[in-house]
Amino acid sequence: MSGQTKLLTMKGISKSFGKAVIALDNVQFELEAGEIHALLGENGAGKSTLIKVLTGVEERDEGEVLLEGKKIHPKSTNEAQQVGISTVYQEVNLCPNLSVAENIYIGRAPKTKMGAIDWAAMSRDAAKLLEKFDLKLDVNKRLDNYSVAIQQMVAIARASDIKAKVLILDEPTSSLSKVEVDKLFEIMRRLKAEGMGIIFVTHFLDQVYEVTDRITVLRNGNYVGTYKTSDLPRMELVSKMIGKDYAVLNQSLKEGQAEKEGTKTGDELVSMKGVSHQGSISGMDLTISKGEVLGLSGLLGSGRSETARVLFGIDQVTDGELCIGGEKVHLKHPIDAIRKDIAFCPENRKTEGIIGDLSIRDNMALALQAKKGLFKKISKKEAQKIADEYIEKLEIKTPDADQLIKNLSGGNQQKVILARWLATNPQLLMLDEPTRGIDIGTKAEIQKIVIDLAAQGMAVLFISSELDEELRCCRRIVVLKDMEKAGEVVGDNISEGAVMQIMAGGEK
Amino acid sequence: MKNKQLKITQNQAFWPVIIFLTIILFNTVMTRGEFLSISIVDGHFYGRIIDIFRNGGKLMILAAGMTMVLATGGTDISVGSVMAISGAIACSIIRGNLLPGLGGSVTAAILFAVCAGIICGLWNGFLVAQIKIQPIVATMILLVAGRGIAQLITSGKIITINSDAYYFINGGYILGLPFPLYIVLFLVGILLLFVHRTSFGLFLESIGCNSLASKFAGIKVNRYLLAIYTISGAFASVAGLIESAGIKGADCNNAGLNIELDAILAVAIGGTNLMGGRFSIFASVIGALIVQSITTTVLALGVPAAYIRVLKALLIIVICLSQSGKFKVLFGRKLESKKKEAVAL
Repeated sequence: MSGQTKLLTMKGISKSFGKAVIALDNVQFELEAGEIHALLGENGAGKSTLIKVLTGVEERDEGEVLLEGKKIHPKSTNEAQQVGISTVYQEVNLCPNLSVAENIYIGRAPKTKMGAIDWAAMSRDAAKLLEKFDLKLDVNKRLDNYSVAIQQMVAIARASDIKAKVLILDEPTSSLSKVEVDKLFEIMRRLKAEGMGIIFVTHFLDQVYEVTDRITVLRNGNYVGTYKTSDLPRMELVSKMIGKDYAVLNQSLKEGQAEKEGTKTGDELVSMKGVSHQGSISGMDLTISKGEVLGLSGLLGSGRSETARVLFGIDQVTDGELCIGGEKVHLKHPIDAIRKDIAFCPENRKTEGIIGDLSIRDNMALALQAKKGLFKKISKKEAQKIADEYIEKLEIKTPDADQLIKNLSGGNQQKVILARWLATNPQLLMLDEPTRGIDIGTKAEIQKIVIDLAAQGMAVLFISSELDEELRCCRRIVVLKDMEKAGEVVGDNISEGAVMQIMAGGEK
Repeated sequence: MKNKQLKITQNQAFWPVIIFLTIILFNTVMTRGEFLSISIVDGHFYGRIIDIFRNGGKLMILAAGMTMVLATGGTDISVGSVMAISGAIACSIIRGNLLPGLGGSVTAAILFAVCAGIICGLWNGFLVAQIKIQPIVATMILLVAGRGIAQLITSGKIITINSDAYYFINGGYILGLPFPLYIVLFLVGILLLFVHRTSFGLFLESIGCNSLASKFAGIKVNRYLLAIYTISGAFASVAGLIESAGIKGADCNNAGLNIELDAILAVAIGGTNLMGGRFSIFASVIGALIVQSITTTVLALGVPAAYIRVLKALLIIVICLSQSGKFKVLFGRKLESKKKEAVAL
C-alpha cells in the first residue's frame, strides 16, 4: 500500500442494464488531489456509466468507491455533491429560466438575519465569483440569455464554489470556441493548483495532451489501463481506445478516398435556384449530383442545417425553385421528401432522431414503414431481417435487435438512425453533424460508410462543423455565410485555408 | 421452455389478468362460492360474473379508445360528456322531439348519436393537433360544454323513452350472453385488428415516445392525432348509447359522470404509460374489468355505502403499488435480504 491516500479510488465497479447489456465490468479508477485525469474511450466504452455511478445517477451492481479513504455510496447527484463530487455535463445541467446568480447559489442561497434570501449579497457574491473566471455578466439576467459556452462556464464556477474535492467535466468543450477552451483550461489549471482533482472526459485528443496529467482508458466496459500522459504516444493511445490498429483503419479510409477520386459524379439530382425560407435561408443556389459527397460548411448559424431542413420538407420553400430529378417539387412534410428518396439524419440525435423507448428493430423500420404507408405493414420477420443486416453491416454493438435504442451509446444510436435511412434506399442522404460526440474509431467508420455509399451512386450532403472531416470526405464543399451561399471550392482547390477564407470573406 | 415463461410474464396484460383473477378468487372465497355461481333463467345466463362483463361494457369501450389517446401522451376527459350528448340525441330522436321526420327510428337514432360522437372527437383532435392546445385543456372544453349541449337537446329535461329495440342495446341477450358484451368484442376486435395488422400501433408508440422524431421519420403526426381523438369520441358515443338504453332514457346531468376518470384509471392499471409510448389495448380492457369488479366486490360484500369510496381507493392503491416497477424492486430486495438472513441463520 502506498503511504499516501488517494483522493478518489474506484475498485471493481460493475454495472449492467438488464441482463444483456454489460456497461461496466470490474473497472477501476484512481484520482489524486491536484491532478487532471482524462477518462477516455470509444462510445459505449463505459465512460458515461462510470461517471453516473460515481455521481449517484446510476447505482452500481458491484465494487466500492473511496473518497479520501472513506467508503461512499451516493444515491443522487445531490448526495454526491455533499461529499464533494461536482459534475459539469456536456448538456448544461442548470436551470435556463433562472438568473445567473440564482443558478450559482441554488439550494444554498445566502440568508439575511430574518431568514429570507439575501438577494443583494447573492448578486454581489455571484459577480465576484465570476470575476475570478474573467466573466463579466449581468448576474440578474436569466441564464438563457447567454450562450451555451457561457452557461458552461457558470456551471464550472458553481461547481468550483461548492468546495468540491472532485470536479467531473463531461465533454465540456464540445460546444466551446478555441478562445473559450483556452480560458477553460486556464481555470482547470488554477483549480488543480488549489488541490482539486479533476476528471476530464473528452473526444478531443489535442486537449488531452494539452491539459491532462494522466489518462485512464476504458474499452467495451473494461478497464484497459492508466498511463502518464507524457509517456503515452498519441498513436498508441488511439489503438488502446479502439482496440484495433488505427493505422489500418486510416489506411482503409484512404483507399476509400482513392476510390472517391476515381469515380465521376453522375447526373444532377437536386437543384435549388434562389430558394428561400422566411426567417432562414435566402436565395440559396445549390446542386447535388448522384455519387458525390457534397460538403456544406460554414459557421454556426450560417444556414447549414436550415438548408437541409428545407430540402427535407420540414421548412417550406417560400421563394425560389427546388427540383429533384429534374422535376419541380413542393415538399410540405418530411414524408414528401422521403417519397422522393431523400433521407435526413438530423443534428439533434436525441430529440429529432431516436425514439428512445422503442427497440432497435422498430427504430430502423420506422422510416421505411412511413414510406410504405399505413396499410403495407412490414412484418416482424422482415423488420428483423433488416435489423440483422444493418447491425452486421454497420457493426452496431448490441446483443440483439430487441434492445431499446436509448440503452445504446451515442455512436451506436447514430448508426441505427443511419440504418433507418439506408433501409429506405435513398438517392440523397443528408447527414447533419453525423459524428458529433462520437469517438474517433466510429467517426472513421461512419466517414468510410459515407464514401462507400457515394461510390455506389448515392448523393450525400455532408454537414459538419469539423472542417478536416469535410476535407477528408468531400470533393466539393459549398460554404455558407449568413444564410446565403458564399462560395464553393472544388477538387484540388479544397483546403482548410480556402474554405476558411470564404467563411471569413466579406469582412476584409 | 423458460423463454416462453419469460414472454408470458413480460406481456403487458400479464399482471392485470392476474389481478383480475385474484379479485374474482377473493370474492369467491368471501361469498363461499356464490360469486361464481351462474344461473340460467329463460335461457339467459345470470350471475355476478356476467354482471361484471355487462356493466363493465361501457368502461371497456371507453378504456380501449382512451388507451390510444394516452399512448400519444394526450388525454381525453370529455368522454363522459360525449356519452351524455349521444344519449340525449338518441332518446330525443326516438321520442320524436328531435328530427320528427325520422319517425322515431332506432337505427337513425343510433347513427346520429355516433355521428355526433365522431364530430366531438374531430373537434378535440382539431384542437390538439392543429391548434396545439394541451390535450387536457382542449378536451376540458367539451367536458364542460358537452353537458350543456346535451341539455339544450333535451331542453333541460330527463327524457324517458319506450322502445324495446333500444332497450336491447343494454338489456338484450344473444346466445344467453348480454348484448353489450358483443358490442365490446366487435369494437375492441376491430380496433385490435387495425392496430396490429397495420402499422398504426407502431406509429402511435413512436408518436407517444417522441413526436418530433416521428415527424422527422416521415410520420404525419397530426393526422394520427386527429384519428385517435375521433375514435375516442366515436367509442364514447357508443358507451353513451349503452348507458341510456340501461336507464331507458337520457339524463344529461348524470350520464357518464366522472367516468373519464375510471377510464383513465383502467388504462393505468393496464400498465400503459400515461406519458405516452408503449401501450396495450387488451391490458386496458382487463383494467376496465378490474375497475368494474371492484365496484361489484364492494356491493357483493355488503359494505355500507359510506365506506364504498374509501374501500375502492384502498384497492386502487394496492393495485397501483403492485404495478409499480420501483415498488417491485424495493419489495423484492426486502424479500431477498430476508431470505438471505434466513439462510444465514
